[in-house]
Amino acid sequence: MTDDEARQLIRATLHQVAPDADLEDVGPDETLQEALDLDSIDFLNLIVGLHEATGLEIPERDYPHFSTLEGAIAYLVSATSAQ
Amino acid sequence: MPSLGADMEAGTVTRWLVKPGDEVHRGDIVAVVETEKSTIEVEIFENGVIEELVVPEGARVPVGAVLAHVSGVGAAPPTTRRVRRPEAKAPRPTARRPPSVPPPSPPPVRSPIVRHLAEQLHVDTASLPGRGPGGSVTREDVRRAGEKHPAGPPRPRSSPLARKLAAELGVDLHQVDGTGPGGAVREEDVRRAASGAAPPAAVPVAGAADRRLSMRRAIGALMARSKREIPHYYLSTTIDATAASAWLEQANLERPVTSRLVLPVLLLKATALAAAKVPEMNGFYENDTFAPSEAVHVGVAISLRTGGVIAPAIHHVNALSLDKLMTSLHDLVGRARSGVLRSSEMNDPTITVTNLGDLGVESVFGVIYPPQVALVGFGRLTERVVARDGMIEVRPCLTATLSADHRASDGHRGGRFLTEIDRLLQEPAKL
Repeated sequence: MTDDEARQLIRATLHQVAPDADLEDVGPDETLQEALDLDSIDFLNLIVGLHEATGLEIPERDYPHFSTLEGAIAYLVSATSAQ
Repeated sequence: MPSLGADMEAGTVTRWLVKPGDEVHRGDIVAVVETEKSTIEVEIFENGVIEELVVPEGARVPVGAVLAHVSGVGAAPPTTRRVRRPEAKAPRPTARRPPSVPPPSPPPVRSPIVRHLAEQLHVDTASLPGRGPGGSVTREDVRRAGEKHPAGPPRPRSSPLARKLAAELGVDLHQVDGTGPGGAVREEDVRRAASGAAPPAAVPVAGAADRRLSMRRAIGALMARSKREIPHYYLSTTIDATAASAWLEQANLERPVTSRLVLPVLLLKATALAAAKVPEMNGFYENDTFAPSEAVHVGVAISLRTGGVIAPAIHHVNALSLDKLMTSLHDLVGRARSGVLRSSEMNDPTITVTNLGDLGVESVFGVIYPPQVALVGFGRLTERVVARDGMIEVRPCLTATLSADHRASDGHRGGRFLTEIDRLLQEPAKL
């Protein structure tokens, strides 16, 4: 998975989780939870969505990677290449 | 029209899912109703056969209005299914059948409660500009009008037709010279006055902004009522969440992504079990009496992205396994956000939990949703420095708060309740 693919996947998944949230508003290092007003259920939905799209079993200890857009992209790119 | 939340005044029937002749069973979804906050699937409480749909699709009616007539209520299910009963033969309970009701277009519509209040305050609802959704006259409108004229000049004597016409034409009955017996205002008087009167204000078009506005108003009205009527007391305690977090982490390690649990599930379950143990926190305060509830239906405060908050219930939380509870919570949050809830979820929470911790605040002292008597708040899970067994340690903690109704309990019982939540969270495996 390339950076762009990961970005698109995250964007699409977030759109499902929070249809009215706008990723354009999120700075690269801002936390997704705060910027998009995600609660724990939303966040879990994001992880589940990414799991379903990629097959990755994202363990809870890796959740912190998903607090920023850039961190999430880096994680997906590296984890999918290791698959 | 069922009351789908204590802050609801009226609802719009957007769709009927049954038609006359259909057999219905308790729990079936028969209609879709739109309120300020949400789209709600209305479940029927009885078994029977739909006789007549009284309110047409698209009509807005106040809480308490008859939506449809169902026959065979309480009787054994009819043997013929989905057959319209012959008009002449059917032993129809005639008393229940009102004269055919014209479609309630256009508003203002008034609920019995609003009418009653209006009588008490000597407010003439017919001459009142409705500020409710769709221009309907709400309790607040009546109250406001009552406050404007505290001594309340009794409304001028007038015929019902004159009042109705006055409302339609935007005529203030007080300004009309009555020519009827005893100076009563008659239809002609209103028409005469109307010819010189200003046209009624345009009814605003319902849109997203209006909906937000009316939701804000509905929440405001309910919370103002809560603060006016309920003598709140507040308690707070810090809960060591080490055991709960560790248990959750371990449990999720063994679970696939799709069946992982979140901390709020543990908090909800602990609250429900504690509520079952301290019944003064769980139930309704109505007619100057507190009625504890046997069942624990926990209202979950869910913030809507478009603004506003809604607190639908998960039923019998104390009896649900954590997995079931997780599924219910997940489903409820999803449906609340997409705006489709069920009537049974809206009208019977016995206690409410608000969990603002996800957004980062440490504690929340909420306002009780009447007629409930308690609201539990959970703050953010944070690492805090705590002194324990003479040592200083860093441990994950969260603050639990209780807003409770002094008419139903005292701080002592409230304290017992919060302590019980704390105790339960120390043994998460038993939840």
